Amino acid sequence: MSRTHASSITVQEASVRYGSREVLTRVSLDVRVGEFVCLLGPSGCGKTTLLNAIAGFIPVSDGRITVDGVEVGGPGADRGMVFQEYALFPWFTVEQNVVYGPKLRGASRQELRRLADHYLTLVKLDKYGHCYPNQLSGGQRQRVALARALANQPKILLMDEPFGALDAMTRETLQQELLDLWQADRRTCIFVTHSVGEAAFLAETIVVLKAQPGRIDTVIQNTNPRPRDRTSDAYFAMYRKIDAALREEHEPLRQSVPA
Amino acid sequence: MKTVARGVHETDPLGTRPLGIRERWMLGVGSIVALLAVWQLATGLGWINPVLLPSPVEIARAFFASAMDGTLIRNVGASLARVVQGFVLAFVIAVPLGIAMGLSRTIGGLFDPILELLRPIPPIAVIPLAILWFGIGEFSKVWIIAYGAFFPILLNTMAGFREVERAHVRAAQALGANRYQIFRDVVLRSALPFVIVGARLGMSMAFIVLVAAELIASSSGLGFMISDARYKFRTDEMFLGMACIGALGFGLNALLRATERRLLRWKSG
Repeated sequence: MSRTHASSITVQEASVRYGSREVLTRVSLDVRVGEFVCLLGPSGCGKTTLLNAIAGFIPVSDGRITVDGVEVGGPGADRGMVFQEYALFPWFTVEQNVVYGPKLRGASRQELRRLADHYLTLVKLDKYGHCYPNQLSGGQRQRVALARALANQPKILLMDEPFGALDAMTRETLQQELLDLWQADRRTCIFVTHSVGEAAFLAETIVVLKAQPGRIDTVIQNTNPRPRDRTSDAYFAMYRKIDAALREEHEPLRQSVPA
Repeated sequence: MKTVARGVHETDPLGTRPLGIRERWMLGVGSIVALLAVWQLATGLGWINPVLLPSPVEIARAFFASAMDGTLIRNVGASLARVVQGFVLAFVIAVPLGIAMGLSRTIGGLFDPILELLRPIPPIAVIPLAILWFGIGEFSKVWIIAYGAFFPILLNTMAGFREVERAHVRAAQALGANRYQIFRDVVLRSALPFVIVGARLGMSMAFIVLVAAELIASSSGLGFMISDARYKFRTDEMFLGMACIGALGFGLNALLRATERRLLRWKSG
């Protein structure tokens, strides 16, 4: 598949308040075109809030977020979203879910057929088009959700702990599949996780957030070559580096064994 | 190590294996036939006074008699017409109101207290009022039935439109859906199961109220048939009326269930 257009994202001094409580404080972040960024941190650090603000689901109280220089004013089809709880439409078939976005924009029947075939094949679910989501396993549902986001040809893919609810084996398979997809067309990806291993395996840039108040603490560049080997020294070194940044000043005693 | 034979003990330690369709049919038909046989025997042998409890054969005879002279079909028709009119009247008012109350906090807050005040009053308690207001004509009965069906439909519709999942709305937004498309493809779709449950509960309430209204003030319908048979001491006709009400309710519920299965195919995975 040809390379699709990706976007850059700039977050400038963005804060998010719920009432008087500030959940995100003066966050600044630059995401390059085609970059794979992981937002990592403990619960309450505002990583999901930051993602939701970029998606346009919640407004920033201060500062600004721009995509390709245009300020984010709400959700839009340029930013595809994958949720932890899948958020598939249970009343639509798998195929109807996947082509929902293109259908809204009035794509022809043949075009919808082609898109459904292409993206379901991409996530290895081409035989499941006529199933309903509740007939699928968790891993299959998340594949459909990924296909639905991709079929809409977004310039940015936003993912909120997409593999958090899956078992370890399925999670690793889907991580690999996601990387394959990303390397094929280099969409800009922002991936929220609380797993150090997931960040070390997936990301080029790991943004470590801390809680109370939610803020960016450290940004780590991960230049390990791909394909990455989860048993290599380079992987463990990166794991320890991220883990150390995450645990800094909270727990001086560090564990160095990956979970 | 001993190998265990696949048997009852291994696969079904509690004996709770679900029954097959054939087995269920056989059990169901068998139990009904057995009940009728015992009943027929008990009245035929004079254990029970047949004037108070007529035998199944007597009731069947009453069925054929009233089916032939047209009174049965007239009474069934009158009851069916009332229940359908009352139900439809309730539905067309309760659903839009429920949607408005579910979607708008202001409208919900405005009507909620009134609802909570009226809801505990059993619809049967408003029958005397309806007679006073609207007389004993058709509209009076339709109104009472509508009143009974109204609350289940309203409350469930409201709940359905209040409980739309935020993630579904956001997913649609991120795919480029506008407000109208979100309403059509997400809000309406996710509320539909609740509306259907409300309709089914409303229909069963409509039935209860129908019979009560016809018992009290009516000159036609199945409730009237039962009450009229009491004055004539025709218990066979009373039983016939009760059986017809049961059959009618069963039929209407089956109709709603079929609609539900058609509309909510995605639920039975």
